[in-house]
Parts: sequence; C-alpha cells; structure tokens
Amino acid sequence: MVDLISFIISAAIVLGGALGVVLFANPVHNALSLIASFFGVAVLFIIQEAHFLALVQIVVYGGAIVVLFLFVIMLLGVDRIEAVEEEALVGQRGTALLAGVLLFGVLLGGLFFSGPDADVAPEAGRTAITGRQAQVVPLTDEQNVTQLGRDLFTRNILAFEATGLLLTIATVGAVVLVRNRGAEDLVVDEPGSAAA
Amino acid sequence: MILTETWYLVLSAGLFSIGAVGLLVRRNPLVMFMCVELMLNAVNISFVAFSTALRDLSGQTAVFFVLVVAAAEVVVGLSIVVAVLRRRPTATADDLVELGG
Repeated sequence: MVDLISFIISAAIVLGGALGVVLFANPVHNALSLIASFFGVAVLFIIQEAHFLALVQIVVYGGAIVVLFLFVIMLLGVDRIEAVEEEALVGQRGTALLAGVLLFGVLLGGLFFSGPDADVAPEAGRTAITGRQAQVVPLTDEQNVTQLGRDLFTRNILAFEATGLLLTIATVGAVVLVRNRGAEDLVVDEPGSAAA
Repeated sequence: MILTETWYLVLSAGLFSIGAVGLLVRRNPLVMFMCVELMLNAVNISFVAFSTALRDLSGQTAVFFVLVVAAAEVVVGLSIVVAVLRRRPTATADDLVELGG
C-alpha cells in the first residue's frame, strides 16, 4: 500500500515534469522540469529496490546532465522565449499530438493485448511476455550494489570496458568539435593581459 | 490495489509518448535533447520494472549501460549544438537545413 501511494506521487512528479519539459517556453524552466522528472524516476527505482540505479540516476542525470544543459543554455544565452505561437510547419502541432496519441495507444495495446498464453505461464510474474522463462541472472537477497557490481565485472566485463572507450571517444570528440580552429584569438579579459 | 509491473509499464508508455511529442513539437535543439532524455528514462523505467517482475538482474545492468551511453550522447550532442549556435545564436532545428550545402 505504501508502495502504491509512493508510486502514484512519484508518477505524478514524473509526468508533470515531462509535461513541463514539453510545454514551458523558457529553456531554463524546461531544464528544471527535467530535474523533477528525473527525481521522480529515481524514487520509482527506490520503490523497486534498485538502490544503486536510483543513486546514479540522481548523480548522473540530475547532477551532471542537467547541469550540462543549464551550462550550455547560459553559455550561449539562448534562454530567450521561443516563439511558441508560431508554427514552422502548418499543422505540425496537431500531427505531432496525433502521432503521440497513436504511439501511446500502440504501446498500451501491445501491453494489454499481448502476453503469455495461459498454458505456458506456470507461475505469474516469473515468465517474460513471450511466455518463456527469462531468468539470466536471478535477483537474490544480497545487496543491490553487490549483485550489480558482480554482474558488471564478470558477465558484462567486455561491455563495461567498451563503455570506458566510448566515454573517452565522446570526450575527445567534444573537444575536437568545440575547438576554435585557427579562428580569432580568445579574448582574455583578466587584469594584466594584453588582449583588448 | 496492488502495485504490479503493469503500472510501471503504463507510466513508461506515457512518458515515452510525451517525450516523442515534445521531440516533434519543439524547435529549440536543446529542448529536443531534453525530450530524448525523457524517452531514455521511460525505457529505463520499464527495464527496472521487468527486472523486478522477473527477478532478473539483467534489466538493471542494461539501465546502467543506457545511463553511460546517454551521458556520452549528451556530451557529443551538446558540443554539436554549441558549434552550431555559436555561429548563429538564433538557430532553431529548422535552420540546420542549411547544412545541406
């Protein structure tokens, strides 16, 4: 029961934050709504006892990613109001809304009108949607961090190394992209510098 | 009423749809990125819901990797946005059509 109440509250926060991201006109407000949404998702993870992911969700998403967004917004000075009334394409809003409703309907249809056949679902909650047993790494009563760490560093060690490589490539790529190659000198306005 | 994984999956579908609509409607490239993050989070919710429902850790491992890839994607994407917007501060996603040469 406590689970259900926490779920309803955090789901409201998640969806409200998401609507804020889509509907607010000011990019700063969008970023702040995004934090609210991420925080709600972290609470959902805690309800499901994925404690490590909840922590990482707040640190990486709420901390690093949204701060990066805000930093870019402030750096570029694009925190002006987007012309919300003006539509670039005729009928873009309506078509997008229709596509979203259709997508939601298709997802719900897939959720409620598919599922395991009654004869291949021996125990509820332990079979995948396909009706087959799906356990690869069974959850135990150990601490969540212990289990996740063991799975990461044994079964998924190659993928883990690959993500390290991916992050390195992303960092190098970002530096290369924003480098001011051979352009005008950086204006340094510290006292004592010769640049004007 | 008992909290089952169906609740999480419905929430996930709703969040994904909101993110998709936002991606289609908004024209500021930064806000479009935020909507992509919303969609990634929707998928993460359903990963963890399945992980709990099936008593299988693999879903949580997948969420971990989604987090890492999302971070890398934001770094590269935002640097592209910075590179474009530094030249034309009023650019929207529609103006990127000029990249076609």
